[in-house]
Amino acid sequence: MKAPPFIYHRPETLDDALALLAEHGDEAKVLAGGQSLIPLMALRMGRPAHVVDLGAIDGLAEITEADGAVSLGPLVRHEQANRSDVIAQHAPLVAQTMPHVAHRAIRTQGTVLGSIAHGDPAAEMPAVVIATGATLTATSSSGERTIAAAEFFEGYLDTALRSDEILTDVTFPAWPSTAVSSVVEVARRHGDYALVGVVTTLDITDDIVTDAALAYFGAASTAIRVSAAEQSLIGSSPSREAFDAAATIVAAELAPPADIHGSTAYRKHLAGVLTTRGLTAAVDSIGVPA
Amino acid sequence: MTDTQSSRLAAETATGGSIVDVSFTVNGSATSVTVEARRTLSDVIREDCELTGTHLGCEHGVCGACTVLVDGQPSRSCLMLAAQAEGRDITTIEGLAGPDGELHPVQQAMMDAHGFQCAFCSPGFLMSTVALLDENPDPTSEEIREELSGNLCRCTGYQSIVDGVERAVKIMKGGSK
Repeated sequence: MKAPPFIYHRPETLDDALALLAEHGDEAKVLAGGQSLIPLMALRMGRPAHVVDLGAIDGLAEITEADGAVSLGPLVRHEQANRSDVIAQHAPLVAQTMPHVAHRAIRTQGTVLGSIAHGDPAAEMPAVVIATGATLTATSSSGERTIAAAEFFEGYLDTALRSDEILTDVTFPAWPSTAVSSVVEVARRHGDYALVGVVTTLDITDDIVTDAALAYFGAASTAIRVSAAEQSLIGSSPSREAFDAAATIVAAELAPPADIHGSTAYRKHLAGVLTTRGLTAAVDSIGVPA
Repeated sequence: MTDTQSSRLAAETATGGSIVDVSFTVNGSATSVTVEARRTLSDVIREDCELTGTHLGCEHGVCGACTVLVDGQPSRSCLMLAAQAEGRDITTIEGLAGPDGELHPVQQAMMDAHGFQCAFCSPGFLMSTVALLDENPDPTSEEIREELSGNLCRCTGYQSIVDGVERAVKIMKGGSK
Protein backbone atom coordinates (compact mmCIF):
# COMPACT_ATOMS: atom_id res chain seq x y z
CA MET A 1 0.00 0.00 0.00
CA LYS A 2 2.79 2.43 -0.83
CA ALA A 3 2.84 4.66 -3.91
CA PRO A 4 5.43 3.94 -6.60
CA PRO A 5 8.22 6.51 -6.96
CA PHE A 6 7.48 9.75 -8.82
CA ILE A 7 9.02 13.14 -9.51
CA TYR A 8 7.37 15.66 -7.21
CA HIS A 9 6.74 19.24 -8.27
CA ARG A 10 5.53 21.99 -5.96
CA PRO A 11 5.07 25.05 -8.19
CA GLU A 12 4.26 28.40 -6.58
CA THR A 13 2.21 29.84 -9.45
CA LEU A 14 -0.55 28.45 -11.61
CA ASP A 15 1.47 29.32 -14.72
CA ASP A 16 4.35 27.17 -13.49
CA ALA A 17 1.94 24.32 -12.77
CA LEU A 18 0.46 24.60 -16.28
CA ALA A 19 3.95 24.66 -17.82
CA LEU A 20 4.78 21.44 -15.98
CA LEU A 21 1.60 19.81 -17.28
CA ALA A 22 2.35 21.04 -20.81
CA GLU A 23 5.77 19.43 -20.57
CA HIS A 24 4.84 16.15 -18.89
CA GLY A 25 1.25 15.71 -20.12
CA ASP A 26 0.10 12.11 -19.88
CA GLU A 27 2.88 11.27 -17.45
CA ALA A 28 1.65 13.78 -14.86
CA LYS A 29 -1.18 14.00 -12.35
CA VAL A 30 -2.40 17.06 -10.51
CA LEU A 31 -2.40 16.80 -6.71
CA ALA A 32 -4.85 19.04 -4.83
CA GLY A 33 -6.28 17.50 -1.65
CA GLY A 34 -5.01 14.03 -2.56
CA GLN A 35 -7.99 12.14 -1.12
CA SER A 36 -8.55 10.31 -4.41
CA LEU A 37 -5.10 10.43 -6.03
CA ILE A 38 -3.07 9.23 -3.05
CA PRO A 39 -5.11 6.08 -2.43
CA LEU A 40 -5.11 5.38 -6.19
CA MET A 41 -1.33 5.56 -6.17
CA ALA A 42 -1.09 3.52 -2.96
CA LEU A 43 -3.25 0.82 -4.56
CA ARG A 44 -1.02 1.10 -7.68
CA MET A 45 -4.07 1.80 -9.80
CA GLY A 46 -2.30 4.98 -10.89
CA ARG A 47 1.44 5.36 -11.51
CA PRO A 48 2.09 8.94 -12.59
CA ALA A 49 5.76 9.65 -13.29
CA HIS A 50 5.21 13.27 -12.22
CA VAL A 51 2.98 14.69 -9.50
CA VAL A 52 2.21 18.41 -9.66
CA ASP A 53 1.12 19.59 -6.21
CA LEU A 54 -1.04 22.75 -6.29
CA GLY A 55 -0.72 23.19 -2.51
CA ALA A 56 1.83 26.01 -2.54
CA ILE A 57 -0.11 28.21 -4.98
CA ASP A 58 -1.94 31.11 -3.36
CA GLY A 59 -5.40 32.29 -4.31
CA LEU A 60 -6.92 29.01 -5.45
CA ALA A 61 -9.31 28.52 -2.53
CA GLU A 62 -11.76 31.31 -3.35
CA ILE A 63 -15.53 30.99 -3.10
CA THR A 64 -17.22 33.88 -4.91
CA GLU A 65 -20.75 34.87 -5.85
CA ALA A 66 -21.85 37.06 -8.77
CA ASP A 67 -25.51 37.61 -9.71
CA GLY A 68 -26.41 34.56 -7.68
CA ALA A 69 -23.95 32.24 -9.45
CA VAL A 70 -21.39 30.68 -7.15
CA SER A 71 -17.83 29.88 -8.25
CA LEU A 72 -15.27 27.71 -6.49
CA GLY A 73 -11.53 27.59 -7.08
CA PRO A 74 -9.50 24.40 -7.29
CA LEU A 75 -8.28 24.34 -3.68
CA VAL A 76 -11.66 24.84 -1.99
CA ARG A 77 -11.86 21.95 0.48
CA HIS A 78 -15.15 20.15 1.07
CA GLU A 79 -15.13 21.24 4.69
CA GLN A 80 -14.55 24.86 3.65
CA ALA A 81 -17.56 24.61 1.33
CA ASN A 82 -19.52 22.93 4.12
CA ARG A 83 -18.99 26.00 6.33
CA SER A 84 -19.27 28.71 3.69
CA ASP A 85 -22.00 31.31 4.21
CA VAL A 86 -21.88 32.16 0.50
CA ILE A 87 -22.60 28.55 -0.42
CA ALA A 88 -25.26 28.16 2.28
CA GLN A 89 -27.05 31.23 0.95
CA HIS A 90 -26.57 30.97 -2.80
CA ALA A 91 -25.84 27.32 -3.56
CA PRO A 92 -28.07 25.44 -1.08
CA LEU A 93 -27.80 22.16 -2.98
CA VAL A 94 -24.00 22.20 -2.65
CA ALA A 95 -24.39 22.93 1.06
CA GLN A 96 -26.89 20.08 1.36
CA THR A 97 -24.42 17.72 -0.34
CA MET A 98 -21.30 18.40 1.71
CA PRO A 99 -22.23 16.38 4.83
CA HIS A 100 -22.67 13.33 2.55
CA VAL A 101 -19.13 13.59 1.17
CA ALA A 102 -16.95 11.09 3.02
CA HIS A 103 -15.97 11.86 6.62
CA ARG A 104 -14.76 15.09 8.17
CA ALA A 105 -11.13 13.91 8.25
CA ILE A 106 -11.34 13.49 4.47
CA ARG A 107 -13.42 16.63 3.83
CA THR A 108 -10.79 18.77 5.54
CA GLN A 109 -8.26 17.89 2.81
CA GLY A 110 -10.28 16.77 -0.21
CA THR A 111 -11.27 19.45 -2.69
CA VAL A 112 -14.62 19.94 -4.40
CA LEU A 113 -12.99 20.42 -7.81
CA GLY A 114 -10.74 17.42 -7.22
CA SER A 115 -13.80 15.25 -6.67
CA ILE A 116 -15.31 16.59 -9.90
CA ALA A 117 -12.09 16.13 -11.89
CA HIS A 118 -11.68 12.61 -10.51
CA GLY A 119 -15.16 11.80 -11.86
CA ASP A 120 -15.96 8.87 -9.62
CA PRO A 121 -19.46 7.71 -10.62
CA ALA A 122 -20.28 6.89 -6.98
CA ALA A 123 -19.33 10.35 -5.69
CA GLU A 124 -21.90 13.04 -4.96
CA MET A 125 -20.35 16.12 -6.60
CA PRO A 126 -20.44 14.92 -10.23
CA ALA A 127 -24.18 14.34 -9.79
CA VAL A 128 -24.61 17.85 -8.35
CA VAL A 129 -22.69 19.26 -11.34
CA ILE A 130 -24.97 17.61 -13.90
CA ALA A 131 -28.14 18.28 -11.88
CA THR A 132 -27.44 22.02 -11.71
CA GLY A 133 -25.95 22.42 -15.19
CA ALA A 134 -22.78 23.88 -13.70
CA THR A 135 -20.06 25.29 -15.95
CA LEU A 136 -16.51 23.98 -15.67
CA THR A 137 -13.40 25.89 -16.65
CA ALA A 138 -10.32 24.00 -17.79
CA THR A 139 -7.06 25.93 -18.00
CA SER A 140 -3.90 24.98 -19.86
CA SER A 141 -0.79 26.91 -20.81
CA SER A 142 -2.49 27.77 -24.11
CA GLY A 143 -5.55 29.32 -22.50
CA GLU A 144 -8.82 28.35 -20.91
CA ARG A 145 -12.06 26.86 -22.12
CA THR A 146 -15.42 26.27 -20.54
CA ILE A 147 -17.08 22.88 -20.57
CA ALA A 148 -20.79 22.31 -20.00
CA ALA A 149 -21.71 19.87 -17.24
CA ALA A 150 -23.39 17.55 -19.74
CA GLU A 151 -20.15 17.28 -21.75
CA PHE A 152 -17.76 16.82 -18.86
CA PHE A 153 -18.11 13.24 -17.58
CA GLU A 154 -17.12 10.85 -20.36
CA GLY A 155 -16.76 7.49 -18.62
CA TYR A 156 -15.59 5.71 -15.50
CA LEU A 157 -13.05 8.08 -13.85
CA ASP A 158 -12.80 9.78 -17.24
CA THR A 159 -13.61 13.40 -18.02
CA ALA A 160 -13.26 15.90 -20.84
CA LEU A 161 -10.18 17.36 -19.13
CA ARG A 162 -7.02 16.98 -21.20
CA SER A 163 -3.81 15.88 -19.53
CA ASP A 164 -2.33 19.39 -19.86
CA GLU A 165 -5.34 21.04 -18.22
CA ILE A 166 -6.28 21.89 -14.65
CA LEU A 167 -9.91 22.23 -13.62
CA THR A 168 -9.69 25.79 -12.31
CA ASP A 169 -13.31 26.73 -11.71
CA VAL A 170 -16.78 25.35 -11.26
CA THR A 171 -19.65 27.80 -11.42
CA PHE A 172 -23.09 26.81 -10.24
CA PRO A 173 -25.83 28.88 -11.90
CA ALA A 174 -28.02 31.16 -9.81
CA TRP A 175 -30.37 29.09 -7.67
CA PRO A 176 -34.03 29.92 -8.46
CA SER A 177 -36.05 31.04 -5.45
CA THR A 178 -38.72 28.54 -6.54
CA ALA A 179 -36.34 25.57 -6.50
CA VAL A 180 -36.19 22.79 -3.92
CA SER A 181 -33.69 19.99 -3.68
CA SER A 182 -32.50 16.96 -1.79
CA VAL A 183 -29.60 14.52 -1.67
CA VAL A 184 -30.44 10.99 -0.57
CA GLU A 185 -28.34 7.87 -0.72
CA VAL A 186 -27.93 4.38 0.65
CA ALA A 187 -24.42 3.58 1.86
CA ARG A 188 -23.12 0.72 3.95
CA ARG A 189 -21.70 3.21 6.44
CA HIS A 190 -22.45 6.92 6.79
CA GLY A 191 -19.88 8.79 4.70
CA ASP A 192 -18.86 5.85 2.55
CA TYR A 193 -19.39 5.80 -1.18
CA ALA A 194 -23.07 5.25 -1.80
CA LEU A 195 -24.42 2.04 -3.28
CA VAL A 196 -26.81 4.35 -5.11
CA GLY A 197 -27.80 7.94 -4.49
CA VAL A 198 -29.77 10.69 -6.19
CA VAL A 199 -29.54 14.44 -6.33
CA THR A 200 -33.00 15.89 -6.91
CA THR A 201 -33.98 19.40 -7.88
CA LEU A 202 -37.49 20.61 -8.61
CA ASP A 203 -38.65 24.03 -9.69
CA ILE A 204 -42.20 24.48 -8.49
CA THR A 205 -44.40 27.44 -9.40
CA ASP A 206 -48.06 27.60 -8.35
CA ASP A 207 -47.93 23.93 -7.36
CA ILE A 208 -46.79 22.88 -10.84
CA VAL A 209 -43.36 21.39 -11.50
CA THR A 210 -41.76 23.57 -14.17
CA ASP A 211 -38.31 21.96 -14.15
CA ALA A 212 -36.78 18.82 -12.68
CA ALA A 213 -33.40 17.15 -12.42
CA LEU A 214 -32.80 13.61 -11.20
CA ALA A 215 -29.05 12.89 -11.15
CA TYR A 216 -27.92 9.47 -9.95
CA PHE A 217 -24.57 8.42 -8.55
CA GLY A 218 -23.38 4.85 -8.11
CA ALA A 219 -25.81 3.87 -10.86
CA ALA A 220 -23.75 3.89 -14.09
CA SER A 221 -20.19 4.43 -15.32
CA THR A 222 -20.69 8.18 -14.73
CA ALA A 223 -23.15 10.32 -12.82
CA ILE A 224 -26.31 10.11 -14.91
CA ARG A 225 -29.63 11.93 -15.34
CA VAL A 226 -32.81 10.12 -16.31
CA SER A 227 -34.55 12.61 -18.56
CA ALA A 228 -37.65 10.47 -19.18
CA ALA A 229 -38.39 10.49 -15.46
CA GLU A 230 -37.67 14.22 -15.23
CA GLN A 231 -40.03 14.90 -18.14
CA SER A 232 -42.75 12.82 -16.50
CA LEU A 233 -42.75 15.21 -13.55
CA ILE A 234 -42.83 18.48 -15.50
CA GLY A 235 -46.26 20.03 -15.90
CA SER A 236 -47.91 18.13 -13.07
CA SER A 237 -48.41 18.80 -9.38
CA PRO A 238 -45.95 17.19 -7.02
CA SER A 239 -47.71 14.10 -5.65
CA ARG A 240 -46.88 10.65 -4.39
CA GLU A 241 -48.40 9.14 -7.55
CA ALA A 242 -46.26 11.33 -9.81
CA PHE A 243 -43.15 10.45 -7.78
CA ASP A 244 -43.86 6.72 -7.93
CA ALA A 245 -44.39 6.95 -11.69
CA ALA A 246 -41.00 8.65 -12.04
CA ALA A 247 -39.45 5.97 -9.83
CA THR A 248 -40.82 3.23 -12.08
CA ILE A 249 -39.24 4.88 -15.11
CA VAL A 250 -35.90 5.21 -13.31
CA ALA A 251 -35.83 1.59 -12.18
CA ALA A 252 -36.58 0.49 -15.74
CA GLU A 253 -34.03 2.76 -17.42
CA LEU A 254 -30.98 2.38 -15.20
CA ALA A 255 -28.78 -0.72 -15.28
CA PRO A 256 -26.22 -0.08 -12.52
CA PRO A 257 -23.09 -2.21 -12.64
CA ALA A 258 -22.86 -4.92 -9.97
CA ASP A 259 -20.03 -5.27 -7.49
CA ILE A 260 -19.32 -7.08 -4.25
CA HIS A 261 -21.62 -4.69 -2.35
CA GLY A 262 -24.73 -4.97 -4.51
CA SER A 263 -26.16 -6.64 -7.59
CA THR A 264 -27.59 -4.82 -10.59
CA ALA A 265 -31.12 -5.86 -9.57
CA TYR A 266 -30.64 -4.53 -6.04
CA ARG A 267 -29.24 -1.25 -7.27
CA LYS A 268 -32.09 -0.82 -9.78
CA HIS A 269 -34.51 -1.36 -6.93
CA LEU A 270 -32.64 1.17 -4.77
CA ALA A 271 -32.64 3.74 -7.57
CA GLY A 272 -36.42 3.50 -7.75
CA VAL A 273 -36.91 3.67 -3.97
CA LEU A 274 -34.50 6.59 -3.71
CA THR A 275 -36.32 8.46 -6.50
CA THR A 276 -39.52 8.60 -4.47
CA ARG A 277 -37.57 9.30 -1.29
CA GLY A 278 -35.56 12.11 -2.89
CA LEU A 279 -38.56 13.79 -4.48
CA THR A 280 -40.47 13.57 -1.20
CA ALA A 281 -37.53 15.01 0.75
CA ALA A 282 -37.21 17.86 -1.75
CA VAL A 283 -40.84 18.95 -1.49
CA ASP A 284 -40.92 18.34 2.26
CA SER A 285 -38.40 21.12 2.63
CA ILE A 286 -41.04 23.65 1.56
CA GLY A 287 -44.04 21.86 2.99
CA VAL A 288 -45.69 20.98 -0.32
CA PRO A 289 -48.02 18.06 0.40
CA ALA A 290 -46.87 14.99 -1.44
CA MET B 1 19.76 11.07 11.44
CA THR B 2 19.91 7.56 12.84
CA ASP B 3 21.63 4.71 10.97
CA THR B 4 18.22 3.27 10.13
CA GLN B 5 17.07 6.57 8.68
CA SER B 6 20.31 7.01 6.68
CA SER B 7 20.05 3.58 5.12
CA ARG B 8 16.36 4.16 4.38
CA LEU B 9 17.17 7.43 2.63
CA ALA B 10 19.92 5.74 0.61
CA ALA B 11 17.44 3.09 -0.53
CA GLU B 12 14.87 5.77 -1.36
CA THR B 13 17.38 7.76 -3.39
CA ALA B 14 18.04 4.65 -5.48
CA THR B 15 14.38 4.43 -6.61
CA GLY B 16 14.74 7.53 -8.78
CA GLY B 17 11.79 9.30 -7.14
CA SER B 18 12.16 12.84 -5.82
CA ILE B 19 13.80 13.38 -2.46
CA VAL B 20 12.31 16.38 -0.65
CA ASP B 21 13.17 18.46 2.40
CA VAL B 22 10.08 19.08 4.50
CA SER B 23 9.71 21.21 7.62
CA PHE B 24 6.68 21.14 9.88
CA THR B 25 5.77 21.19 13.53
CA VAL B 26 4.88 17.99 15.36
CA ASN B 27 3.33 18.33 18.80
CA GLY B 28 4.89 21.76 19.15
CA SER B 29 8.40 20.75 18.05
CA ALA B 30 9.84 22.13 14.82
CA THR B 31 10.83 19.16 12.68
CA SER B 32 12.75 18.86 9.40
CA VAL B 33 13.05 15.65 7.44
CA THR B 34 14.59 14.61 4.14
CA VAL B 35 12.45 11.88 2.61
CA GLU B 36 11.32 10.44 -0.67
CA ALA B 37 8.32 12.40 -2.00
CA ARG B 38 6.11 9.32 -2.10
CA ARG B 39 6.36 8.87 1.66
CA THR B 40 3.08 9.58 3.40
CA LEU B 41 2.80 11.83 6.42
CA SER B 42 1.86 8.77 8.48
CA ASP B 43 5.06 6.92 7.54
CA VAL B 44 7.19 9.96 8.31
CA ILE B 45 5.47 10.45 11.67
CA ARG B 46 6.09 6.82 12.58
CA GLU B 47 9.51 6.16 11.08
CA ASP B 48 11.30 9.51 10.98
CA CYS B 49 9.68 11.28 13.92
CA GLU B 50 9.56 7.92 15.72
CA LEU B 51 6.08 8.63 17.00
CA THR B 52 4.50 5.22 16.63
CA GLY B 53 1.26 6.08 18.39
CA THR B 54 -0.23 6.95 14.99
CA HIS B 55 -1.43 3.61 13.66
CA LEU B 56 -1.81 2.42 10.10
CA GLY B 57 -4.71 0.13 9.35
CA CYS B 58 -5.96 0.19 5.77
CA GLU B 59 -3.62 2.84 4.34
CA HIS B 60 -6.26 4.06 1.93
CA GLY B 61 -8.45 6.29 4.02
CA VAL B 62 -11.18 3.92 5.16
CA CYS B 63 -10.34 2.90 8.72
CA GLY B 64 -9.38 6.21 10.34
CA ALA B 65 -6.66 4.72 12.60
CA CYS B 66 -4.06 7.18 11.25
CA THR B 67 -6.12 10.32 11.96
CA VAL B 68 -4.01 13.25 13.18
CA LEU B 69 -4.71 16.97 13.45
CA VAL B 70 -3.28 19.15 10.68
CA ASP B 71 -3.56 22.82 11.65
CA GLY B 72 -6.16 21.66 14.16
CA GLN B 73 -8.28 19.85 11.56
CA PRO B 74 -8.66 16.07 11.66
CA SER B 75 -6.94 14.51 8.65
CA ARG B 76 -5.95 11.07 7.42
CA SER B 77 -2.17 11.01 7.67
CA CYS B 78 -2.08 8.05 5.25
CA LEU B 79 -3.78 10.16 2.55
CA MET B 80 -1.32 13.01 2.74
CA LEU B 81 2.22 13.09 1.43
CA ALA B 82 4.71 14.33 3.97
CA ALA B 83 5.64 16.93 1.35
CA GLN B 84 2.11 18.36 1.61
CA ALA B 85 2.66 18.97 5.31
CA GLU B 86 5.27 21.66 4.58
CA GLY B 87 4.76 24.47 7.10
CA ARG B 88 1.81 22.77 8.78
CA ASP B 89 1.22 22.16 12.46
CA ILE B 90 0.68 18.47 13.19
CA THR B 91 -0.73 17.02 16.41
CA THR B 92 -0.51 13.28 17.03
CA ILE B 93 -1.77 11.14 19.88
CA GLU B 94 1.53 11.74 21.68
CA GLY B 95 0.66 15.45 21.77
CA LEU B 96 -2.49 15.02 23.84
CA ALA B 97 -1.12 14.31 27.32
CA GLY B 98 0.38 17.13 29.38
CA PRO B 99 4.17 17.52 29.76
CA ASP B 100 4.04 15.74 33.12
CA GLY B 101 2.19 12.83 31.55
CA GLU B 102 -1.22 13.85 32.80
CA LEU B 103 -3.77 12.37 30.44
CA HIS B 104 -5.92 14.57 28.24
CA PRO B 105 -9.53 14.49 29.53
CA VAL B 106 -10.56 12.57 26.40
CA GLN B 107 -7.90 9.93 27.10
CA GLN B 108 -8.90 9.67 30.74
CA ALA B 109 -12.61 9.47 29.92
CA MET B 110 -12.08 6.83 27.24
CA MET B 111 -10.05 4.74 29.68
CA ASP B 112 -12.67 5.13 32.40
CA ALA B 113 -15.40 4.05 29.98
CA HIS B 114 -13.40 1.03 28.77
CA GLY B 115 -13.46 2.48 25.28
CA PHE B 116 -10.51 0.31 24.29
CA GLN B 117 -9.96 -3.38 23.81
CA CYS B 118 -7.04 -4.06 21.50
CA ALA B 119 -6.67 -0.25 21.15
CA PHE B 120 -5.30 -0.36 17.60
CA CYS B 121 -7.99 2.09 16.49
CA SER B 122 -7.84 4.24 19.62
CA PRO B 123 -5.37 6.92 18.47
CA GLY B 124 -7.63 7.69 15.51
CA PHE B 125 -10.78 7.73 17.65
CA LEU B 126 -9.11 10.00 20.20
CA MET B 127 -7.89 12.49 17.59
CA SER B 128 -11.32 12.55 15.92
CA THR B 129 -12.93 13.08 19.32
CA VAL B 130 -10.56 15.89 20.27
CA ALA B 131 -11.35 17.61 16.95
CA LEU B 132 -15.09 17.16 17.50
CA LEU B 133 -15.09 18.53 21.05
CA ASP B 134 -12.81 21.38 20.10
CA GLU B 135 -15.51 22.62 17.78
CA ASN B 136 -18.64 21.33 19.46
CA PRO B 137 -18.10 20.97 23.22
CA ASP B 138 -21.57 19.53 23.80
CA PRO B 139 -22.44 17.16 20.95
CA THR B 140 -25.55 14.99 20.92
CA SER B 141 -25.18 11.23 20.83
CA GLU B 142 -26.12 11.32 17.12
CA GLU B 143 -23.47 13.95 16.41
CA ILE B 144 -20.86 11.84 18.19
CA ARG B 145 -21.81 8.77 16.18
CA GLU B 146 -21.81 10.70 12.92
CA GLU B 147 -18.43 12.28 13.61
CA LEU B 148 -16.88 8.98 14.59
CA SER B 149 -18.39 7.11 11.64
CA GLY B 150 -15.10 7.63 9.83
CA ASN B 151 -13.26 5.47 12.36
CA LEU B 152 -13.53 1.69 12.48
CA CYS B 153 -13.26 -0.43 15.63
CA ARG B 154 -13.44 -4.20 15.36
CA CYS B 155 -13.56 -4.92 19.12
CA THR B 156 -15.81 -2.73 21.19
CA GLY B 157 -19.02 -2.49 19.21
CA TYR B 158 -18.65 1.30 19.59
CA GLN B 159 -20.98 1.69 22.56
CA SER B 160 -18.16 2.08 25.08
CA ILE B 161 -16.40 4.52 22.76
CA VAL B 162 -19.50 6.71 22.52
CA ASP B 163 -19.81 6.42 26.32
CA GLY B 164 -16.20 7.60 26.60
CA VAL B 165 -16.88 10.66 24.47
CA GLU B 166 -19.96 11.50 26.53
CA ARG B 167 -17.90 11.12 29.70
CA ALA B 168 -15.23 13.41 28.24
CA VAL B 169 -17.90 16.01 27.49
CA LYS B 170 -18.91 15.96 31.16
CA ILE B 171 -15.31 16.20 32.40
CA MET B 172 -14.46 19.04 30.05
CA LYS B 173 -17.57 20.98 31.06
CA GLY B 174 -16.31 20.73 34.64
CA GLY B 175 -19.03 18.38 35.81
CA SER B 176 -18.56 15.22 37.79
CA LYS B 177 -17.04 12.14 36.22
